[in-house]
Formats: sequence, C-alpha cells, structure tokens
Amino acid sequence: MTASNPPIEAKRVPMRLSGWITQETVLAFTIVFLSLAVGLINPNFISERNISDILYNSSYIAVAALGMSLVIVSGNIDISVGSLIGLLATIGGRLAIGQAEGGYPEIVAFIVPIVIGVASGAVTGFFVAYLRVPAIVVSLGMLSILKGGLILWTGGEWIYNLPRWFQFAQERPLGLPAPLFFMVILTILMALWMRYSATGRAIYAVGGNKEAARLSGLSEKRIIMTVFMINGFMVGIAALLFAGQFNAIQSTVPPGVELLIITAAVVGGVSILGGTGTVVGATLGAILIHIIPSAMIFANVSSYWRGAVQGLLILLTVLVDLYRRRRQSYSGRG
Amino acid sequence: MASITEQPIQKTNRFSESRLGRFVFSQEAILLVITIAAIALLATQNERFLTMRNVSRELVLIFEVALIALPMTLIIIAGGIDLSVGSTFGLSAIVLGFLWQDSGWSLEMAIVASLFTGLLCGFINGIVIVRLGVPPLIMTLATLALFRGFALGISEARSARGFPEWFTDGIGRGDFLGLPIQMWLLLVAIALTWLVLARTTFGRSLYAIGSNEVAARFAGLPVNRNKLLIYMYSGFMAALASVIFVSRVTTTRADMGSGHELDVIAAVVLGGTSIFGGVGTIFGTILGLVLIQVLKNGLLLAGIKGDATIIMIGVILILAILVNNFIQARFRSV
Repeated sequence: MTASNPPIEAKRVPMRLSGWITQETVLAFTIVFLSLAVGLINPNFISERNISDILYNSSYIAVAALGMSLVIVSGNIDISVGSLIGLLATIGGRLAIGQAEGGYPEIVAFIVPIVIGVASGAVTGFFVAYLRVPAIVVSLGMLSILKGGLILWTGGEWIYNLPRWFQFAQERPLGLPAPLFFMVILTILMALWMRYSATGRAIYAVGGNKEAARLSGLSEKRIIMTVFMINGFMVGIAALLFAGQFNAIQSTVPPGVELLIITAAVVGGVSILGGTGTVVGATLGAILIHIIPSAMIFANVSSYWRGAVQGLLILLTVLVDLYRRRRQSYSGRG
Repeated sequence: MASITEQPIQKTNRFSESRLGRFVFSQEAILLVITIAAIALLATQNERFLTMRNVSRELVLIFEVALIALPMTLIIIAGGIDLSVGSTFGLSAIVLGFLWQDSGWSLEMAIVASLFTGLLCGFINGIVIVRLGVPPLIMTLATLALFRGFALGISEARSARGFPEWFTDGIGRGDFLGLPIQMWLLLVAIALTWLVLARTTFGRSLYAIGSNEVAARFAGLPVNRNKLLIYMYSGFMAALASVIFVSRVTTTRADMGSGHELDVIAAVVLGGTSIFGGVGTIFGTILGLVLIQVLKNGLLLAGIKGDATIIMIGVILILAILVNNFIQARFRSV
C-alpha cells in the first residue's frame, strides 16, 4: 500500500515532541477536550452520573474491541462478533433463568457462553489459519450461521425475569459501575501481554509481514488460532456485560454492533493493514464513540444528526492518524 | 499487500492449462453445478418453483442487491471494497423523498438529484481513497456511518409517501413486454458491466490494479482515475437501485438498505471474486446472486423457515471457497 504514497522526501521534523503524539494521546486529548468543551456549555455533562453512564455504555464495546484489535493487528478481521454477542447473551440469559429449575451452579450461566465464544473463535481461526479461507469470508459466513441459528432457535422472543445475580453489570462496587472494572483490568492485562509476551509480539510480527514471521520461525497458524480464540473469549465477556445491562434480553442480534466494535478499534489506531495498533487505543476509541452521542444531547444538537457527526468524527480521526503516520515515516521513523 | 512467494511452476496437468480446463476447475463452474443441482432438486420438490410468476417475483426481490453487486465486483477485483453502499442507498432514498415532498421539487428533478447524490457519495469515497491513501475498508466504514447519519439527519425519522402513479405502478411494479421493468434494467446493467470488464482496456486495468497495484502504476495505467470511476459507479448504482426500490415500496425511510453491503459482498465473493483482488467475473457474481436467491426461495417454498436459509448461505459461502481452494491447490499449478 505504500505504493500510493508520494516519493519519500527527506524532510526533517523535530522528533522530540512527536514521539509523544501517538494515536492514544491524540484520542485521550480529544476525549478530555470534548468533555470540557461540552461541560462548559452544559455542566451536567461532566457530572459524575453522566460520565459513569458513558463509561458504563462503552464497556462492553471496549471489551469486544480488545479482541477485535488483536484480530486486526494479526492482519485479519471478524465481522461475526455482533451475531456472536447476540447468541452468547441469549445462551447466558436462558441458562440463568433455568438455573433454579436445573439445579446447576450459577457459574454455569457465565462459563458456558465464554466457552462457546472461544469454541466459535477456534472454528473461525481454524478456517482462516489452516484452510486458508480469507477471514472476511469466514466471518461473513459465521455471521449468517450464528444469526440464522439464533433466530431459528429462539424466534427472537424476549427473555424476562433474569435473576439478580446474572445482572452483575448493574452492580456498583466502590461506587463505580461493574463493567468499568472489566474494561480497565482487561485493557491493562491485554496491553501488558501484547507488549511483553512472546505471543503478543508474534501477533504484530504476523500482521506486519506474514512471510518474514514464518521465516523467522514463528508458527503463523497457531498464532492466528490463538488470536481468534482470545477474540472469542473477549466477545464472551462482552456478551455477559451486554446481557446484564438490562432487565430483559431480546434474543436477536443487536444491529450494527460489529461495525461499532471495528470502528472502535480502527479509531483507536489499529491499522486495518495489520501489524500496528494497541489495545489501549481500542478502549479509548470505544469511549470516544460513546461520548459523542451523549455530548450532542447535552449540547442540544438535534439527536437526528448524531450519526452524521459520529461518522464525521471517525473520518477525521482516521485522517489525522494517517497524516501523523506519514510525517513520521517521512522523517525516517518506521 | 500480499506477500510475494516464489512457487515453482510445474505443469502437472495439460488439461488444466487449456481454456476449457480452466473453466472446469474455476469457482464459477463449481457454482454452476451447485446452482443447477439446487434448481433441479427444488423444481422436483415443488411445481410452483419454476413458474414464470415465481421466477419474476424473485427477480424483483433480488434486483437491488444484484444492481449493487455489479460495481462491487469491479471494486473487489481492483483490490478495494465498498461498505457504504447500503448507506448510500438510504441517503439517496431520503434525498428523493425530501426534495419531492418537503422542498417542492418535481419528482423527475428529485430523481435526478437522488442519482447525483449517489454519484457524489461514490466520488467522496473514491477521491479520499485515491488522493489520501486511506484504505478502502476504513474509508467506506466511516462513510457507512456518515451517509446513514445524513439520511437520518435530513429525514428526522419522517417518511415520504403518496408518490404519483407513473412512478409507483409505472416503474416499481410496472411490466414491459410481460416482464418486470427491473428485469430489463438489470439485463442492460449486466450486459454493460460485463462488456466493460471483459472487453475493454479499462476492465483489464482493474485486474492489473487488483493483482499488483505497484506494477500497474509502473506500467503507466491510470490507476487513480480508474479507481475513482469504479467507486462513483458504485455510488450511482446504489442510488439507482434505491430509486427503483422506492418506486416499488412507495415510501422512503432512513434505514433503507442497511445490511445490503453484506448481502452484496456475500454474493460477489460466493461468485468466485477474490477478496484480495485480481480475480473475478460478472458471470460468477450473477451465479452467486442466483444461488443465494434460489436457496432462500426454494427452502421457503419447501416450508423451511427463512432463518434456516441464512444458515445455509453462510455454510455454502465458506464451503464454496473451501472447495475452490482445494481444487486450485490440487489441479492447478502445484
């Protein structure tokens, strides 16, 4: 893809500052700036309640975006995650309701969806890694299979009367929404793992240059399998956070969720070409795309224009990131 | 983008090198066999299946997706993708309804404006992809949100109704020589697109761009211009499909066409167009579309619920690529 760039000019940019200007810091700055600006117009926006609402709503998208950013860094994509979230949330919900009758421990309602998530990730990963079907095709197929399977199974009916213990997402330990803890802890763990573990580095290597990674002795197939299974695990947790948010679950696929998750990862600076991006960026991306609609409500902008502004901001973030990368690569930093 | 691997070229099979051999072992041939088998099976199961009425009704239903699939084939062959087609579809519909009902334009002018909107959407995608080097997947993901956002913003969730009769009965439900208008339009569009792709230097250049963009550039092909043109074609066809759709359902809504992008891409990829670019035919795309619709309709007539067919399509999508991979590896070079 570098081919479409103009020839490299030997333009020196002072590098001391630009080392700090990463996608993550740009995002963090945008989030803070946006919050303060809207907070000046309407102080209620930065009230504790609203901030915690925003974080609450973005948590499950952020957790799923962690897995997605791994998949994208490895040079693949998974567009079946929305369907998977719908399916796993329904499975969890049904198990939770049947628990009293079935007599199995409560933990089953949490474990089974996560295990199925990992298994589904393993299937996708197997097709991509070992049978060499492009990830976009496999996940497009999985999307249809999971979605069809879910509607066929449930008929799209609602699940009511969820037990209190299943709605752990509504708990507030230390006065903070529970999903926030999942988001923060998982982000930190994944960030450390991606940065310091051998497998984490290998994911970047495979995404950056598959052939080079293979020649330097990395098992590209196993790494891709691992990536998709971790993604399935994250989607499992995201589905449980999603399912516990409300008092009822509609057993259908939440529309557009996969695009929201991919967008969060991409806005977070994960390059769709593979090889670059961090999970911290993905989490910040998820927060940013949830701040915008809320900010618009508080700034009294017609809610009908929410989507347009959201789209514009996504575009802007991508363009800024592109511009920044260009500058860096022109001045001789890869 | 793709890694360059040197594979020893062994002519193991003379037949596979011939023109006929290449067709026999192509994805199109596999698909043709599956499609004919499916049609034959369903026709014996149900006498209503192969009636003219059923076929032409199905054709009207598939029309929008088919029309958009044509430019999508060109785009994917050229190594790109357009996820924004569903949103362009929605925005064009809203522009049509808004100008006609709220701004007092004549319907003819509103239709022209609507088509122009689609062209503009495609131009925006194309120019940013070409000029700024944003990856198509990301650019069209952003405009997917953006165009849909504009559709929602302009319409403010209102819908236009009460279109004149020449528009609704004349076009949307109209017949010409005993066949629906949609069929004629589609035939013309297929013929033109096939001609351009298979019989012009422009068409050949798309294959060149898709298999190696750098080489295409060095060979002096107008890569940027041609890429821009196919995205504009895509926007235009989405708008055309939208206008015809509005004339059939006689109303406009902002959420029209959501999810079309996945249906279209599924059909194109099922038809043997490589998601990595460089390979694909219009004939394959038509087969992909026909197979999907045959299965949907046939299984419905056989009394199987519509949701099961979604699963079927997912399975067939993955299987078709898998079988093709296998055959390519077994019989073609190496």
